[in-house]
Amino acid sequence: MRRQIPVVITFIVGSVLIISVFIPHKPFGQLGENFSVYFDIIAVFAFILGAGNLLRVHGNRIYKKHKDWPYSVVTVAGFTVMMIAGLFKIGGSPGITGDLTEPGSMFEDLYMYVFTPLMATMFALLAFYVASASHRAFRAKNKEATVLLLAAFVILLGRTPFGVELTSWLPDPLSFLEIPNLASWIMSVPNMAGQRAIMVGIALGVIAMALRVILGVERTYLGADSE
Amino acid sequence: MKAFSYSFTFYCLLGLILLATTDGLAQVESSDSLLSPLLPPSEVIAEDHPGDAGAAIIVRWKLSPDEDRGVTGYEIVRSTSPTGEFSSIGFAAAGSNRYVDANTEDSLTYYYKVLAIDVDKNVSESELSPPARSSPQWFNFHLLNLLIIGGLICGAVIYFIAHAKKGKKLFLRKIAGLEAVDEAIGRATEMGRPILFIPGILDMDDVQTIAAITILGRVAKTIAQYDTKLNVPTSRSIVMSTAMETVKEAYISAGRADAYSDDFVHYVTDEQFGYVAAVNGIMVRERPATCFYIGAFFAESLIMAETGNAIGAIQIAGTAMPAQLPFFVAACDYTLIGEELFAASAYLSGEPKQLGSLKGQDVGKIIAMSAIVIGALLETFFAISGSSFFGSLAELVHKLFSIVAS
Repeated sequence: MRRQIPVVITFIVGSVLIISVFIPHKPFGQLGENFSVYFDIIAVFAFILGAGNLLRVHGNRIYKKHKDWPYSVVTVAGFTVMMIAGLFKIGGSPGITGDLTEPGSMFEDLYMYVFTPLMATMFALLAFYVASASHRAFRAKNKEATVLLLAAFVILLGRTPFGVELTSWLPDPLSFLEIPNLASWIMSVPNMAGQRAIMVGIALGVIAMALRVILGVERTYLGADSE
Repeated sequence: MKAFSYSFTFYCLLGLILLATTDGLAQVESSDSLLSPLLPPSEVIAEDHPGDAGAAIIVRWKLSPDEDRGVTGYEIVRSTSPTGEFSSIGFAAAGSNRYVDANTEDSLTYYYKVLAIDVDKNVSESELSPPARSSPQWFNFHLLNLLIIGGLICGAVIYFIAHAKKGKKLFLRKIAGLEAVDEAIGRATEMGRPILFIPGILDMDDVQTIAAITILGRVAKTIAQYDTKLNVPTSRSIVMSTAMETVKEAYISAGRADAYSDDFVHYVTDEQFGYVAAVNGIMVRERPATCFYIGAFFAESLIMAETGNAIGAIQIAGTAMPAQLPFFVAACDYTLIGEELFAASAYLSGEPKQLGSLKGQDVGKIIAMSAIVIGALLETFFAISGSSFFGSLAELVHKLFSIVAS
């Protein structure tokens, strides 16, 4: 019973949502939007679970002096400071309607001058990771890797002023051989064809997966084996 | 008389000079056209917007003949009475010949006029449209093709599930990434290091996250049998709750309820790069032997996969985000590409019913491949021969596989 009720709910909700795509008449037409709103409401309450879990896990680590526990102190301290700054609107307009993000409020300052730079730093690291991954991926180990290397070389060169200058002398009938044009062709023909093939596969995979879940054939997400 | 003669000669000469120059010709033509009034749009038709839940009327018109003479756009006005006061409801840019009034009441009748406006703010008003009333429809005929093709694919999936239930053997190609799951878990067990499972950064309303959780269930069962430590940091509270329940049940069904800990699955943060920082910290400190990145990923994919690569972990990734696939292919040992992600749970289960659904997908592939080949051939024949027969057939195939906006 504990597993059957969720399967029945999934079947009804899944079927109704599929029907609602084709039937615009009320009450079907608005169902997709309404269910999305219900999900958001549930997600807001579920956030309390997340915050509780965060405090429990890191609180335990601090209490038991777990390995690397000082990191947990930073996590709990950061969470607490941001929560107090937000809940009590320190430095901002008080009251329930006061703007949390008004300039000068502690929450806004912490967000703008601590959190945003930290996020930007993490994002900036991507440049170095792209370089190291490219270095490894673009080794001409076999035929396929060599083709990949050449394609990457043309695209990289085609996006630089040097690449434009390098072949700009070519006469008009041979302009298709200019590096920026070759780069553009690689992106819009073979690359696009590959991406579309992947997208078709994804669409079919989603259909099969959705049917397995709606029909109750796949129940792992409910914490159960299949029927 | 003499003065008149001089003036006449002067103006004649001036006229000749103006007429003899291109600029002069243009100037004369321009001043001519400016003198004529701006012509209004014509044949204004208003009708119920098809395939919707009501509350919308579509207004169409024939462009003003002066469209090329500085028309900046069309203002659409409406009234509930042909003789009543018309109020503005919207503006369509020059060249547009349709406007959807999405703010109507189904019980009322509306009349529309379209006003052409030019650069000098001259306004020219169309004739009144026939009366129109919005109403809801019970079926969106614009999606009929989607219903037919979707029905065929769904029918095939259901047929093969039923077919597999009868015990018929199905052939499935091997998926290297999934074949390596046992090996990856075994390696972590031998090394005495934990296994890290990242279920993407989107919520449970994303199908990739659902796929990730189903795979987590299968993987967790094997991990429970091997008695290896599992670490699942999540970036969404609902994903955390679902993953926790799934892992717990996997441990119970493996007969290892005693080995389960609530700390296996934990919430980190909803913030994308905050989550990445936490996951990278876990990787560097705990040095997991195996990392799974299964679900929806964005810019964080490479940051995590490269860190995993740097610590020497076996990495298995799977996503349906085409932009992130190259990063995972470059940094991970195995990557489940697109549909393989959705097939993984069925593949790992090995159950005939689930595998039958994968077989059903092949029908969809046959339809897609046939449409691509036929469409490409028809377009090629049309381009070579110019025959309208091939052109119409190509158009038909295009329409059959497109969702056309009304």
